Amino acid sequence: MTTPSYPTTWRRPPQIVKDRRWRLALQIGIFVYLVLAIGSVEVNWARVYDGLERGQRFIMGFLQPDFSSRWRDISQGLVESLTMTLTSTVVGVAISVPIGIGAARNLAPRWIYYICRSIIAVSRALQEIIIAIFFVAMFGFGPFAGFLTLSFATIGFIAKLLADDIEEINEAQAEAIRSTGASWWQVVNYAIQPQVMPRLIGLSLYRLDINFRESAVIGIVGAGGIGATLNTAIDRYEYDSAGAILLIIIGIVMVAEYGSSYLRKFLQ
Amino acid sequence: MLHLERLSKTYKTGETALHEVTLDVPKGQILGLIGPSGAGKSTLIRCINRLVEPSSGKVLLGDVDLARLGKTDLRKQRRRIGMIFQEYALVERLTVMENVLSGRLGYVPFWRSFLRKYPAADIQRAYRLLDRVGLIDHADKRADALSGGQRQRVGIARALAQDPELLLVDEPTASLDPKTSRQIMRLLTEVCTERGLPAIVNIHDVPLAQQFMQRIVGLRAGRVVFDGPPEALTESALTQIYGEEDWNAMRAGDAEQAAAEAEARDRIAALAK
Amino acid sequence: MTEITHHSQVWTYRTPKARLLLWGGWLALVALFVWCWQLMTRDTIWFFVTDAPRQAADIGNRMVPPRWSYMSELWLPLWDTINIATLGTIGGVIMAVPVAFMAARNTTPSATILRPIALFIIVASRSINSLIWALLLVAIIGPGLLAGIIAIALRSIGFVGKLLYEAIEETDARQIEAIEATGASGAQVLSYGIVPQIMPAFWGISVFRWDINIRESTILGLVGAGGIGLKLQASLNTLAWSQVSVILLLILATVVLSEWVSARMRHAII
Repeated sequence: MTTPSYPTTWRRPPQIVKDRRWRLALQIGIFVYLVLAIGSVEVNWARVYDGLERGQRFIMGFLQPDFSSRWRDISQGLVESLTMTLTSTVVGVAISVPIGIGAARNLAPRWIYYICRSIIAVSRALQEIIIAIFFVAMFGFGPFAGFLTLSFATIGFIAKLLADDIEEINEAQAEAIRSTGASWWQVVNYAIQPQVMPRLIGLSLYRLDINFRESAVIGIVGAGGIGATLNTAIDRYEYDSAGAILLIIIGIVMVAEYGSSYLRKFLQ
Repeated sequence: MLHLERLSKTYKTGETALHEVTLDVPKGQILGLIGPSGAGKSTLIRCINRLVEPSSGKVLLGDVDLARLGKTDLRKQRRRIGMIFQEYALVERLTVMENVLSGRLGYVPFWRSFLRKYPAADIQRAYRLLDRVGLIDHADKRADALSGGQRQRVGIARALAQDPELLLVDEPTASLDPKTSRQIMRLLTEVCTERGLPAIVNIHDVPLAQQFMQRIVGLRAGRVVFDGPPEALTESALTQIYGEEDWNAMRAGDAEQAAAEAEARDRIAALAK
Repeated sequence: MTEITHHSQVWTYRTPKARLLLWGGWLALVALFVWCWQLMTRDTIWFFVTDAPRQAADIGNRMVPPRWSYMSELWLPLWDTINIATLGTIGGVIMAVPVAFMAARNTTPSATILRPIALFIIVASRSINSLIWALLLVAIIGPGLLAGIIAIALRSIGFVGKLLYEAIEETDARQIEAIEATGASGAQVLSYGIVPQIMPAFWGISVFRWDINIRESTILGLVGAGGIGLKLQASLNTLAWSQVSVILLLILATVVLSEWVSARMRHAII
């Protein structure tokens, strides 16, 4: 009896790109790109070497933060950031609700739908920092420009998700309410609101968190908040104050994250 | 070949899963382990290769007490024990061949397994086993492209790739239809007889156990309450194992359990997408 | 009939206590809003605010028509921007992988020391925007692409690390158990049991983050970290609004394109 002979080698078949030539082309392409890309990075090593000492000081500043000597500036920035965060979230959500309803295909007439969807698209396409530049140019420096920026960004975020939610609701429930002869307002109030309300609250809390993080950034272009304080601290090479500010930001974000997840559980 | 001595397991929750189980499995014997759910069947076979740490007692495979081994020695000894799982437990996103070759992991150094550069003998063995279980044409397919029965065949091939001296089989047919179940059981008993392999098979289907097993051990609440040939498994013996309830009804319950598990599996699969 | 007399005869949507709580909540929110509003606008110069429409019209007039000829100066900075995003993503992913394995409950080598450290790294990286990282790095190692790349990489650690460690925790334990049962070593369990399971998630997350990074790297130049943002900053400083509009349109086009590419790639992977 002869035993059939089995192969002694095995290669794992390619999983994504099946054609050998394509695979080779792809590999060469990636390699060439990486060489070009890394080649385009010009590094002034002398400058980096000088910077190492500063980097060390920054890490030391992070480990031994100095909360006290710039406390007045820090607290001012924090108050601006926090108030800006809250007001912009409230206003942003309040404006998002009608826009979100208007951007839901199943509720709004065609022309309103297109208007609302384009507002959302504009708000989402532009980054907070770019919006902030414009608002600072228009409204002057300070937290008011920041407030407007964050409100505008909130609209794009909340209204989009709200509209998508409304479009995905259970049509049967809306049908049932409609069949009782309810008006458009009553449909929104009885069929839509109960279904999307929990999610709207969750999204608002999430946006509150994002707005705080963003409020730390837009200060760099003059829109007030803790970002402006941080910018100043770094410009003055006061790394221990900068470290303190960063730790405060991290701390508040952590608290906000745990707090909002707790609150969401509590509200449901 | 395998000798368990006063093997006990108490979980952290305080639940005693096994109570001083003593058992001898000679070479070449296929032993069916039956009992109601929660009787400790799964714990018992996992205590043998220490996927579950036994609380006390001895697990002697040949001359080696597995219960007392350190991490490295345990890995060496695990190679001697092939295991076949209820839900196949194949690595779904790897090819069939890689799944079979993974049975050799204990024998090859990391770099070989990482680069998939297994020794020629291992690859030949894997092909031979795939041929034996009738899946040689599927070697390059991904495991998640196979049917349930085919996956369990790959599971068997993986266990045999270890060149084991003992097979542990955990509910091999729980997620299969009756016909496929019989085919898998037949294949299992055949490969064991060919190699003179002893096997411990957890099985909830009593008629299937009676048909294929050489010896039946009944477990109830962590204790051995029956040990004998399939013919000795009378109505009264079954009552002793499964309690006063009608054991036919118990099997219906098991079917329900299997359905629930299948549903949970589908849910997990849907989530993973 | 005596049993139900303690119930209110009028049907209400919520119990009186719940209603009170709800109204109290809304009232507190409104009060908080008013208080915050006053704090925030304490130093606002309202003249600028009322003047804003005029300013807006002015800027709008200067922005159109865009100065298209400026486009030719933008290709190189755009190339730099894409490089910042891509190299930064690669660097971030490389650093995020060990962090994710340390942070996942089922793979962490030490749940008491390393896991909290890994989680802190993730939170720290996530809560600090890439622009702030860039600000710091420009101050430390000087302006240029390198600062941008490192900023993007540092920011990506948290995002990739978080999603990846969640994917690791969601792996199927049975597949891992089966690999352990063959006598595989720890590294082999990792490479056969866990890695294949998280591979799709890994690629999906990386491409997704690359897409976000393209968006973020367009503005890093504002603080001197290279790319098209440098041109934006220069144009803003000289009040060349017609160039600003060209840059913004180019950024918009890049972002849309990268979103499309990332969607296609994720589709191909999964």
